[in-house]
Amino acid sequence: MGSYILKRLVSAIPVLLGITVIVFGIMSLIPGDPATAILGAYATPDNVEKLNRDLGLDKPAMQRYFIWLGNMIQGDFGRSYSLNRPVLDEVLERFNATLILAGTSFVLCAVLGILAGVVSAARQYGWADKLITFTVLIGISVPAFFLGMMMILLFAVNLRWLPVSGMYAIYGGGDLPDLLNHLIMPALALSAVATGVVARLSRSAMLEVLRQDYIRTARAKGVPERRVIMGHALRAAMVSIIPVLGIQAGFVLSGAVYIEIVFQWPGVGRMLVDAILKRDLLLVQGGVVFVAACYVMFNIAVDVAQSLLDPRIKT
Amino acid sequence: MTQFLKLLFRNRLAGFGAVVLSVILLLVLLTPILPLQNPDTTATADRFLKPFTPGHPLGTDHLGRDLLSRLLWGTRLSLAVGISAALIAATIGSAIGIVAGYFGGRTDNVIMRGVDMLMAFPYILLALAIVAALGPGLMNALIAVAAVNVPFFARNIRGVTVSLAGREFIDAARLAGMGHARIILTELLPNVLPVIVIAMSTTVGWMILETAGLSFLGLGSQPPQADLGSMLGEARSALITHPHTSVVPGLMIFLIVMSINLLGDGVRDALDPRLRSGALSRPRATTLVERQGEIPPASDDLLAIQDLHTQFHVGKRIYRAVGGVSLAVKPGECLGVIGESGSGKSVTALSVMGLVASPPGVITGGAVRFQGEDLVGAPYETLRQKRGDRVAYIFQDPLSTLHPLYRVGEQLAEAIQSHHKISSKDARTRAIALLKDVRIPNAESRIDNYPHEMSGGMRQRVGIAMALANEPDVIIADEPTTALDVTVQAQILSLLDDLRRDRGLAIVFITHDFGVVAQLCDRVAVMYAGRIVEEGPTGAVLDAPAHPYTKRLIACVPELGGGRRELAAIPGLPPVVDDLPPGCAFAPRCDKARDDCRAGDIPLDGTAPRAVRCLYAEEAV
Repeated sequence: MGSYILKRLVSAIPVLLGITVIVFGIMSLIPGDPATAILGAYATPDNVEKLNRDLGLDKPAMQRYFIWLGNMIQGDFGRSYSLNRPVLDEVLERFNATLILAGTSFVLCAVLGILAGVVSAARQYGWADKLITFTVLIGISVPAFFLGMMMILLFAVNLRWLPVSGMYAIYGGGDLPDLLNHLIMPALALSAVATGVVARLSRSAMLEVLRQDYIRTARAKGVPERRVIMGHALRAAMVSIIPVLGIQAGFVLSGAVYIEIVFQWPGVGRMLVDAILKRDLLLVQGGVVFVAACYVMFNIAVDVAQSLLDPRIKT
Repeated sequence: MTQFLKLLFRNRLAGFGAVVLSVILLLVLLTPILPLQNPDTTATADRFLKPFTPGHPLGTDHLGRDLLSRLLWGTRLSLAVGISAALIAATIGSAIGIVAGYFGGRTDNVIMRGVDMLMAFPYILLALAIVAALGPGLMNALIAVAAVNVPFFARNIRGVTVSLAGREFIDAARLAGMGHARIILTELLPNVLPVIVIAMSTTVGWMILETAGLSFLGLGSQPPQADLGSMLGEARSALITHPHTSVVPGLMIFLIVMSINLLGDGVRDALDPRLRSGALSRPRATTLVERQGEIPPASDDLLAIQDLHTQFHVGKRIYRAVGGVSLAVKPGECLGVIGESGSGKSVTALSVMGLVASPPGVITGGAVRFQGEDLVGAPYETLRQKRGDRVAYIFQDPLSTLHPLYRVGEQLAEAIQSHHKISSKDARTRAIALLKDVRIPNAESRIDNYPHEMSGGMRQRVGIAMALANEPDVIIADEPTTALDVTVQAQILSLLDDLRRDRGLAIVFITHDFGVVAQLCDRVAVMYAGRIVEEGPTGAVLDAPAHPYTKRLIACVPELGGGRRELAAIPGLPPVVDDLPPGCAFAPRCDKARDDCRAGDIPLDGTAPRAVRCLYAEEAV
């Protein structure tokens, strides 16, 4: 197992390098002179030239890439000019908040989605199945940002159960209950679509598995039905559910951008949107590379989980 | 095509989606000629008018602009941008996929590596990076969304192309001297196009949503121009005071995405033939019982199947898989049930413990009595307690009948622990002993194997060990040796034979192999089209078969050392059991059949222990 993990980590290196190349390539799409783009059309030529020198933009692209890469490997993601602090510091701080939000949503979508799918499959065509199928259909059709807004209207404005936005209360609070209070709505809104997708997939995976001969064998042995469903069938279904969980993690991370805006969550997504609007390109670049790298690592973890579950995968 | 549409609309939800989407599309197409106000005319005096205000059916926004007009123009823009993005992504992605798939080798490798790397990003990061570089704006958002979806098309279309590129017609085109470009355009593209269209129809909803999302973030359409996303984004600041300005565009996005989803599901279902027949139903824990007619009285056999009827209800069709079968075994006895595939022997066996997949299986009549107790229609828990404990099964093909993700030891231990409260350690010890009983070498280490790490013969022994785990009274073996080679088969048969002599086990042995029957069984029953056509002691039936079918079946068995002779085969096929002819089911294939064979029901007759269902039996019984 150790060697398998190591092998997967090594195989991630070219992917990570590819990510930096792609991001660098995209950033070099900037039309015209980047310094002018940053400083605006009314910047003095002196300022433009100075910024170009500061950003190293006067050097050829190849050289610039390697300088940027070398600095990143040493933990230097550059300096955000709009915030006037190191990019990495800002990204790490913001990513922490995103991780709390997206991580919670991911756990929610995995647990609720699989559970709903299993119940739906086990009670196929029953009222529970119909109710779940209908809810899922609605869930996967509501855009996360709209759902978030409607939840604010209902739970924060009308019912006054939960706070409208932010991560902590501005005065007082800041402890775990306060965090949870602020987390419930955005986490639910963010997980809705992913939960729906996971539920659907789990349902069809369970239906597929329940028809297999080994399920009949388990029943013929006299294994109680609850164990047949939650043990034999679910375990086999997980083989096709886990890769989808990996994909959904990407969608949750993406949806977090909208949810962070709607709920004013101080995460990396909101930071990126602000940075784009302020043309703080180094911050965008650093943030994108960092989050994408984390996502690659997460997917390796998914592969490892899959290989732990399925002994037929060669490790 | 008409059939496809019929299928699509049979799915009511998909039909609903199609209707909603058509209405939206129609409205959007008609928007320029509808009598609407200018969507960009501001009127500060009329800010935030509520819906249903005269002149403003949906009210006005924060600048007093008419919401209905803005909604329709915004929808028009959102749909146009989303569909354009889908077209661009499909064109570029498919081109990349076709080139990679067609040329293969290094080209393929390099391209697909790049595609994989693009797919390593959560999609929005890539889109944000592109918008960051190009600057906010609707055109740039469109480019970003299209670019993000290119890898999806590239990968899917490459897969299809690879399988097509190896086909004969491509080779033929190449030999005919066509250039690469011409082969791709005239031979490949027409075959790939349907896949591209399907991939597009499943992603266009996403792309509409993604562009709306970027506009919502303020990175897409810029004021005063508005699409649905930016309408929602602008309304957000007034969400709490004037929710209708948010609800209107939000509901429209919801309607569009939902109708596309519904339609997409419908298309997928209509294209997937498995779903049409309802084959994707999961079998319940026990077979459905809808018993009609009288329940036969108890007998003193250990296991008695009495006038059993099991049917498969598929749509309006009824397949009578088992049409009135009676069988019985006593302790220590081995009964062979023989017949061709589809004769109903496995269904008979599975009916005993309610294991026939249901739906579509239904037990419609008769009884199955274990020690006198009727198991048909018995509560689930009664059946479960007998399953594997008193009546155990051995199935054919142990690769699919053992769970691939559990070690064989765990599966054995589970069989025991489902019926006896013993510790895991004791269960493991017992499992090792069972593996030794079925003569698996190195049982102590084999117990931690997964099924795929064992050979076929080894797995079959595990299946037998599992059946023996609780020392049952009856074992029902459903072709347990069919998948094995002859030496392993012989070992397993002698193993079963020893067990029944040592433990007084009753065996119902289902097979299509007379050799196996001769070796193992005391009595034999021959099944055809869901009914028993002949039964009796093995020796008597084999030496003097009374039913023409039995006789022909035995004649089909090539004899070892019998010299070269023509192999006999029975002409024709067994009948389909949803439309059985009256009278003898074998009559159409029988050369002795006369008119009265086809007239009416023929009883199973004879002096015990022999019986035959034939008017013109080969031998008097």
